[in-house]
Amino acid sequence: MKRRFADLHLQPNLSDVEQTKSIIAKASELGYRLVAVPLPIAAMDSFAKKLAAACQENRLDFASRLDLKPKTSKELLQQLRKFRRKAEVIAVVCESKEVARQAAKDHRVDLLNFPAIDPHRRFFDKAEAELASSSVAALEIDIKPLLTLKGPARIRLLAALRRETAIAKDYNVPIVVSSGATSPLHMRKPLEMAALASLFDLDKPTALSAVSKTPLTIVKRNREKLSPNFVAPGIRIIRKGSDCQ
Amino acid sequence: MKAKIRRRYLALEIDSKEKIGQKELMDAIWDAVLRLYGEYGASKTGLALIEHDAEKNLAIIRAAHTETEKIRAAIATITEVAAKPAAVHILTASGTLKKLRKKLETLKP
Repeated sequence: MKRRFADLHLQPNLSDVEQTKSIIAKASELGYRLVAVPLPIAAMDSFAKKLAAACQENRLDFASRLDLKPKTSKELLQQLRKFRRKAEVIAVVCESKEVARQAAKDHRVDLLNFPAIDPHRRFFDKAEAELASSSVAALEIDIKPLLTLKGPARIRLLAALRRETAIAKDYNVPIVVSSGATSPLHMRKPLEMAALASLFDLDKPTALSAVSKTPLTIVKRNREKLSPNFVAPGIRIIRKGSDCQ
Repeated sequence: MKAKIRRRYLALEIDSKEKIGQKELMDAIWDAVLRLYGEYGASKTGLALIEHDAEKNLAIIRAAHTETEKIRAAIATITEVAAKPAAVHILTASGTLKKLRKKLETLKP
């Protein structure tokens, strides 16, 4: 069966309709079958509908995504309670150790994203991986900084990513490789993304899973959970009403 | 007897609003390879330009079979060619030029 590819982190400027459409069209052209775009909390539904329509035009599957950027763990818990059932993918942007730890152990979090370039501000260590391995959170790696950074900054980032992916593999934490693209020129084909992942020592099967199987599994799992027929993991309503007799 | 050197031919598509010349393209590819793998790594790649079509923004390059993934990664890091914003995508790869051209025919819309 032909492999299906997904990019869970496209970051177009949603107020620029043309740019958003060109990014979505480019994703389809490059061979992706599913894309996710972080939605603004204030106007989630309206943007989700517009993006879903644009994706349908390009024969793409659209998944709604919410990026939570809490300052404290308490704020994270409040946001998760409020928004978990409103988006298909929940990512937490970990800007402090406290938030990173809370996000890693919470089973409502799908993706852990560490945006900092400075290795001291990236909190994916062994303790974080151990917490993440007992929940369902995956480590998300954006490719965009690898393209835009140059010289020592890129060297430091590659070293940090190499360390993080080695820890994630040791603790069986799934890895998702996303583009983080803000313009079509920052988007790469799935095989190119997998090749770029080899720069931080991901082997080819894991790298290919990181752009296909792992993100697709996250979206599938959450769609099942968000379905009105979902009761509990492994239990769902098949029939109800008079046809149950 | 020494084994024959195996090669891979890669068809590239240059994604840019500007026209890109063949020297500019190869400079950008060499620059990306050098920055990622250094002179020692670059010396193993066996990179060479085979064909370039500036009108269609297409090119064919040759590389050592063992270094294909490295070339793929290096090409993916290109964000500008001759100070013009650009991206280079690998359309397809093959072991012979004949097969590569056949594959390119099937890719044409």
